[in-house]
Amino acid sequence: MPVPKTPVQNTITITDDCFLSLCTGGKAQLMKIAIASGKGGTGKTTVAVNLALAIEEVQLFDCDVEEPNCNLFLEFELEPVEEVICLVPEINPDMCTLCRNCSSFCKYNALAALPNKILSFPALCHGCGGCSFVCLAGALKEKPRPIGMIEKASPESSLTFICGTLNIGEAMATPVIRSLQRHIDENRPVIFDSPPGTACPVLSVMGYADYCVLVTESTPFGFHDFLLALEAARALKVPVGVVLNRDGLGDSRVEEFCRAEGIPILLRIPNDKMIARLYSEGTPFVKEMPEWKKKFEDMFETIKALACKNTGV
Amino acid sequence: MRQLAIISGKGGCGKTTLTAAFSSLSKNAVLADCDVDASDLPLLLKPEVLKKEDCLGLELASIDPKLCTGCGICLEICRFGAVLENFTINPYSCEGCAVCTVACPENAVSLTPRISGQAVSSMTRFGPMAHAKLGTGEETSGKLVNLVRKKALELADRYSCKLVLIDGPPGTGCPVMAAITGTDLVLVLSEPTVSGLHDLKRAVELTKHFRIPTVACINKYDINEKKSLEIEAFCRETGIPLLARLPYADVTTEAMMKEETVIEYAAHSGGSEAVEFANTVRNLWEELEMRLSDTFKEKMCSEALDTREL
Repeated sequence: MPVPKTPVQNTITITDDCFLSLCTGGKAQLMKIAIASGKGGTGKTTVAVNLALAIEEVQLFDCDVEEPNCNLFLEFELEPVEEVICLVPEINPDMCTLCRNCSSFCKYNALAALPNKILSFPALCHGCGGCSFVCLAGALKEKPRPIGMIEKASPESSLTFICGTLNIGEAMATPVIRSLQRHIDENRPVIFDSPPGTACPVLSVMGYADYCVLVTESTPFGFHDFLLALEAARALKVPVGVVLNRDGLGDSRVEEFCRAEGIPILLRIPNDKMIARLYSEGTPFVKEMPEWKKKFEDMFETIKALACKNTGV
Repeated sequence: MRQLAIISGKGGCGKTTLTAAFSSLSKNAVLADCDVDASDLPLLLKPEVLKKEDCLGLELASIDPKLCTGCGICLEICRFGAVLENFTINPYSCEGCAVCTVACPENAVSLTPRISGQAVSSMTRFGPMAHAKLGTGEETSGKLVNLVRKKALELADRYSCKLVLIDGPPGTGCPVMAAITGTDLVLVLSEPTVSGLHDLKRAVELTKHFRIPTVACINKYDINEKKSLEIEAFCRETGIPLLARLPYADVTTEAMMKEETVIEYAAHSGGSEAVEFANTVRNLWEELEMRLSDTFKEKMCSEALDTREL
């Protein structure tokens, strides 16, 4: 297993929270669970939605802001909560002295100096505020630019559901995820449907969680990408369990690996035609196959027990 | 030089399986695996590495504890929440903006370069390939995608290849945009599920935003024929040519288990399902090659750009 290239000491801001959430009242009711996987299309959304529907009193956050799909299965009425904005520079040409402090400071090439004016490229701006900080003439003001949307299910819905959507053509998913996380009610358990991959957006979800469920299938692609996601979770020191989806497809490589590494397999979802059909129609299968409600409840209980064990509570 | 990108929005639609199949059909192509988060093409194509190159990402701030007085200005000014209470930097949050370096009255903060991943040039049994490994949790996957595409173009020049085949990442964000900008044609894969259709719409909006000619293909069309019809209707409405409908087939998994492309697998397994599937893929490939040809580009490109309003 390759070691992460960046140092990881003192990076786990969540540990205290996590510890707190487990200690208060001696119960693990305030768990935050991230549903992740390296590979796309392995069943993250399926697991997140069905788990949320099986347990009562839970909040579901769709953090896959590039492709938010949870509500296709939940079909709640959504109401807007906030627009996610990025603060981008606006230059007042009358005050600008063309000193070029701002354009030479910007690390993202979002400002370019021409002989007679400074050009800004809002799409490249990360909103760090550096340009207005270094502008001596006070010619730079910041103005909000919308990059995404946070919506939530109407109050009469059966579940607290909040989802973020990144606008088409926008590059930065992480600010939308951060805005989303500001809406967490810390008094109730949370389930995050995380984006695929192992890059920054995934880490900002996993890093916020007390427990990470990795959904995978036992195929060469599934296993390879599972190892990448596992590496990410381990770098963040988040305990991990596995859901084996399309069980029966492929071989037993994931099982063998988990056994050898002591990673719990929390649930197996068989490679079943009925489940595939319900998925394709957008019906969460716990609704049509009630025996699965119990299985997801059990999985949640197991996670709570495991998280306690892992933090030594 | 032509560039074809294969994307899907939703993951698990079969991008890599299909890209690998195309690589065994194309005679003169360079492969570019732009799914740098989870690069799976090398698992099938077993590349022999020619050259590796580090990709420098955004820099990383670090605070010198000897100079730091704990005034808290950096903590307050950092918009990414990367400065922790004990005045160390969380590398997963830091975006290297350098605001802390100028804000610090003690000059205690400096920026250090960091390697966000590695771009690799390789040779496979089907020709040259560029791929990458992104460091865990690195922000700049778009930058690494650009480097992979640059490597692919270099390989194309060196081995005089006429086509770059790009295996795209899922989603619609930074890495996807980096994978499709400047390509001649984008193939969007979809599957007949609610999420497949939803993500197809978003992917098509994106290609339209960049004004890139787009074609579509439905994978596993027979798992829900009704949804397949909806996808067909969507394609018709938006003026996106639907080039193929691939059935659900066990051969895709069987071939993957054997670490072969479906074309290779069909050639030696000889099963009728495998051969039929391979032939459908072959027809799709011929259609794509035709659309990438010079004459087609001259005649059709202006039309292809005029995708109707969504």
